[in-house]
Amino acid sequence: MSVNTTTTDGSQAATGSAGSVKAVSLPKPAAASSNAKIMRTAGIVLLIMGLAAPFMAGNFLIFQLTMMLIYGIAILGLNILTGINGQFSLGHGAFYAVGAYTAAIMMDQFGVGYLWTLPVAGIICFIVGFLFGLPALRLEGVYLALATFALAVVTPQLFKLSPFEHWTSGVMGIVISKPEAPFGLPLNPDQWLYFLTLAIGLLAYVCARNLVASRTGRALMAIRDNPIAAGSMGVNTALFKSLAFGVSALYTGVAGALGAIVVQYISPDSFTFTLSVALVVGLVVGGVGWLPGALFGGAFIMFVPNIAEELSKGLSGAVYGAIMILMMYAIPTGLGGLLKAALTALSKRSKTR
Amino acid sequence: MQANTTSAPPQLAVHDVIVRFGGIVALDGIAFELHKGQILGLIGPNGAGKTTLFNCLSRLYTPASGDILYDGTSVLSKRPHEMPAVGIGRSFQNVALFQRMTVRDNIRVGAHAASRSDFFSDALHLPWVRRQEAEVDATVSELIDYLDLGDVADLPVDGLPFGTRKRVEIARALAAKPGVLLLDEPAGGLNHDEVGELGRLIRSIRDDRGVTVLLVEHHMGLVMSISDKVVVLSFGRKIAEGTPAEVQQNPDVIAAYLGGPAE
Ligand SMILES: Nc1ncnc2c1ncn2[C@@H]1O[C@H](COP(=O)(O)OP(=O)(O)OP(=O)(O)O)[C@@H](O)[C@H]1O
Ligand SMILES: [Mg+2]
Repeated sequence: MSVNTTTTDGSQAATGSAGSVKAVSLPKPAAASSNAKIMRTAGIVLLIMGLAAPFMAGNFLIFQLTMMLIYGIAILGLNILTGINGQFSLGHGAFYAVGAYTAAIMMDQFGVGYLWTLPVAGIICFIVGFLFGLPALRLEGVYLALATFALAVVTPQLFKLSPFEHWTSGVMGIVISKPEAPFGLPLNPDQWLYFLTLAIGLLAYVCARNLVASRTGRALMAIRDNPIAAGSMGVNTALFKSLAFGVSALYTGVAGALGAIVVQYISPDSFTFTLSVALVVGLVVGGVGWLPGALFGGAFIMFVPNIAEELSKGLSGAVYGAIMILMMYAIPTGLGGLLKAALTALSKRSKTR
Repeated sequence: MQANTTSAPPQLAVHDVIVRFGGIVALDGIAFELHKGQILGLIGPNGAGKTTLFNCLSRLYTPASGDILYDGTSVLSKRPHEMPAVGIGRSFQNVALFQRMTVRDNIRVGAHAASRSDFFSDALHLPWVRRQEAEVDATVSELIDYLDLGDVADLPVDGLPFGTRKRVEIARALAAKPGVLLLDEPAGGLNHDEVGELGRLIRSIRDDRGVTVLLVEHHMGLVMSISDKVVVLSFGRKIAEGTPAEVQQNPDVIAAYLGGPAE
């Protein structure tokens, strides 16, 4: 009947730009409510473990867990961009770096309290992300990946430039002192920063969940699945894509600011391209499009390189790479996809019984 | 239907629209009018320019010349995402749904233009967005019932039968509460019974929901049975316009469909 129209209909050109990323959509059949119960229970158990951990772990492990949460927040931001909106970024290390430098310069140069640096880092990164997102609108797939890659490579170099040296201290970097717990709370600084990060992480997660389940979130997902149809339904695709970049950068920037405070030192070399790659790895391992996956992605990029190091000192990079390749083969859709498969199998079993 | 519509100004007016793709003239001076409450059938052989015209009406394409007026105002300065607010909604020939979203969420996106929100309020789930969501959900639930999508409402669109996906598209378009609905081959791929049902549905959309319908369709039985007026395109030109009976007897139309010389 209609054979010669393959290019004429708007929908044809409209396959999602994240076509090659396997995103996770959890099953929602009859078993949905029991699955939701399982998930909620798992979430509560995780939260209790998370609250108890700093009282049982040594300070170095607490520091590592804090970094895991920080990476989780950054990956959550990346997930909003890639998993929800379908835009790639190999450059989120740049936003992390901008957030970190914002915090460090505010504290070091202007004596601003560390808590105040977090919203400021978020706002600055939102603006930077939004402005980067505007020209990036013209790019898709590989081209967008390349542009963001360039951003990741260029940004740390900017912090080395002499005009900014007064604030950034160039390659020397900035040392930050560790904040004490406020209000006389009986916590050591590591424990305090852990709880602060946990609270911010929870807030970030709740906001991301709200967003995904809202008019805005649906517009973002509609753009991911079919940008032309989304536009025809009234979604201002250009605006929403840029805003998604901004919000994503905001998350990652807050994570960067927290990272600077927790690590107490930043220099341009803290934010090489490796960081951007690590965030993408964390995203994929956790599950693209599955928000809780960010936590597991954060754990992966925090701990697996250490495990690789222990397995083989000289070849840790190669071992890390091998583990990543194995992961990709074993669970190509990340932990989120694995979970989905498990829950689907479970609900099928309970149905046939 | 015809009697009272000729005096009122048209809801949608297409004036001498020309669209070229390189050497091809896809639309060559098309003009017709659509009055409120009409069902207008737009027919023509493959490649006649029907979808191209739809893409002009939803502003995906911009005509080289000519004008398109909705309620007397030109829409050519509008961008595609502004068209639902203008009042023109559409479905796509090849079904353009949001594959990874549920049926319900697809229809909710249809209500995007009819609602407001911002990132901040949505992230914090503020009371006013919650109230609005409740309103949207009521509209969406009503449409799910109207199009008999209850059984699949919370399933992802991906993997649903073609006929079901076509209904989801119509529901999504209706969620924007359009004044004019453009349907691009809604009967494509449907079986006999489904086509009959679709005919009743399109009538009901016009009669019960007050939506004017512009229908592109190859299924002649459907077009001739429900259209008030039929416009025939061939190779980008309008070759006939009139009631279904008039058009069916028009020798140019018969020639175009039999593949004879169009001129
Ligand atoms: N984007 C485009 N680029 C180039 N040529 C196009 C484009 N869109 C349509 N055409 C050409 O314009 C002419 C009209 O196409 P159109 O899709 O509007 O026809 P149609 O009437 O919808 O046909 P069908 O019944 O097969 O859907 C065809 O010759 C087609 O090849
Ligand atoms: Mg067509």
